Amino acid sequence: MIVKRKPLNLWERLYMPAIIGGFQITLRHFFKKKVTMQYPEEKWVVPTDYRGAPYLVKDQDGNTKCVSCQLCEFVCPPKAIKITPPGDSGLRPDRPNAEKMPLEFEINMLRCIFCGFCQEVCPEEAIFLQKDYSLTGTSREEMIYNKEKLLELGGTHAGIQKWKQKQVEANEQENFPVKS
Amino acid sequence: MHFLHQQFGALNGWFNGLSPSGQFALFAAIKAFVVFNVMMGMVAYVVLLERRICAFIQDRIGPNRVGPFGLLQPAADGLKAFFKEEMTPAHVRKILFNLAPPIALIPAVLNLAIIPFGSYLGKQQMVIANLNVGILYTFGFVSLGVYSIVLAGYASNSKFPFLGGIRSSAQMISYEISMGMSVIPIFLFVGSLNLNDVIRAQTGTLNWLPGLPNWYALQSPMTFLAFCIFLVASFAETNRTPFDLAEAEQELAGGYNIEYSSIKFAMFFMGEYANILLVSSMMVTLFFGGWTLPWFGLDQPATDLLHGVLHIGIFLAKLLVFVVGFIWIRWMWPRFRYDQLMDLGWRKFIPVALANILVTAVWLWWRTK
Repeated sequence: MIVKRKPLNLWERLYMPAIIGGFQITLRHFFKKKVTMQYPEEKWVVPTDYRGAPYLVKDQDGNTKCVSCQLCEFVCPPKAIKITPPGDSGLRPDRPNAEKMPLEFEINMLRCIFCGFCQEVCPEEAIFLQKDYSLTGTSREEMIYNKEKLLELGGTHAGIQKWKQKQVEANEQENFPVKS
Repeated sequence: MHFLHQQFGALNGWFNGLSPSGQFALFAAIKAFVVFNVMMGMVAYVVLLERRICAFIQDRIGPNRVGPFGLLQPAADGLKAFFKEEMTPAHVRKILFNLAPPIALIPAVLNLAIIPFGSYLGKQQMVIANLNVGILYTFGFVSLGVYSIVLAGYASNSKFPFLGGIRSSAQMISYEISMGMSVIPIFLFVGSLNLNDVIRAQTGTLNWLPGLPNWYALQSPMTFLAFCIFLVASFAETNRTPFDLAEAEQELAGGYNIEYSSIKFAMFFMGEYANILLVSSMMVTLFFGGWTLPWFGLDQPATDLLHGVLHIGIFLAKLLVFVVGFIWIRWMWPRFRYDQLMDLGWRKFIPVALANILVTAVWLWWRTK
């Protein structure tokens, strides 16, 4: 196909349409609302199911939920989690209905790929991927988060009270037959 | 207070003791120092202005982190340029390589000497050198500007700078001709090459439309045409879009300045912006009445300090309009193709400029007859 090219008229050869059109477009954009986000001051609001950094959570009474079963350590694809079980140290769990709690729980945030397998596999619902996405540190050591730090960052997960419900059910078993 | 007064008296006595040529040298040195520093400050802030304007045109915000509204950004840029590691590639021709960046800056700075940036402050005329051959001096030094790019391209001894250098040597030499010829009608009208005379010829209001200033850009069709050619040629001379073929990033990966780093690279940039300021002030002087405004008697040389300062302010305001124009055009238009550039220069502007000289000469002759 041959595309017919109209010869330019004098007005067009003086670049006048280009000048006028150019000014129209640039002026419009000059006064348009800017879309840039002032990042460090103004942060992106992440969606509710966002997978950020994994942190340990406490239960409603402020006790450690983790029972040191090490399932997350086994499932972790990049081997970012390292759990030290209590062993013979005599460390008792700080809540009833738990046999043990970890002596140390470390997540290497440089290795973590934020896949969420640890959250998925945890039988105690003790680890959750939360909303932090910009983790920084000045050394590699600083990026290995220990149990204390993970618990502090994770906070209390008040919504899920797995063992409290079990306790209620167990108490109801004591008062058999159940009144309906 | 008494001490200061005494000191001032001593200074005054010392000054009166100087010979007239000594006084002239002293004031010329002071003016040169102030003008140079003001210009370098303006260069720094024009870079910031460019970055902010281009950001706004592209729906961005631009550098706003250093100081309020990013106003300290030029200082940060300068410090960075000075303290970066300087690399001189092994394959360059060292002497020419080191010579090119200063040559980019020096002609523009020297040319400022003849620009009348105000009327009078006290008894001092606000121009460093009131030359009778002002415009010839300008074109002499403007033509030196091409050497920096040619030398940078040649001395870098690698292909992209070389291509950039070749392109710009042809471009700048071509457009220098049309630039030089475009202003001849103005000097035919004025009858003098002194830039102060050019400004004096633009005082008052238009003959054909009273109320508007009697500037050469509006005075007659011939001078308007001269302005149009000069404007386009000055874009080509300063290597700005749409004629920035010497540093076409997309084709030449940056052009003549690729092999340069740290402060040498920055000097090319300073040279480019100093040239923008220079051609803008040339256009203000030649076509837009320099420091004058036709209203409130602002077109007469100042007799008091207030008017002297006001005239400098008017000049700077007009200058700013042109600088913003230069910046705006860069973010508005794509680059010309090389053959289009040459076609425009040689087959359109040079004949038109020549015809313009002829028509102006004939008209002036007919008018006086």
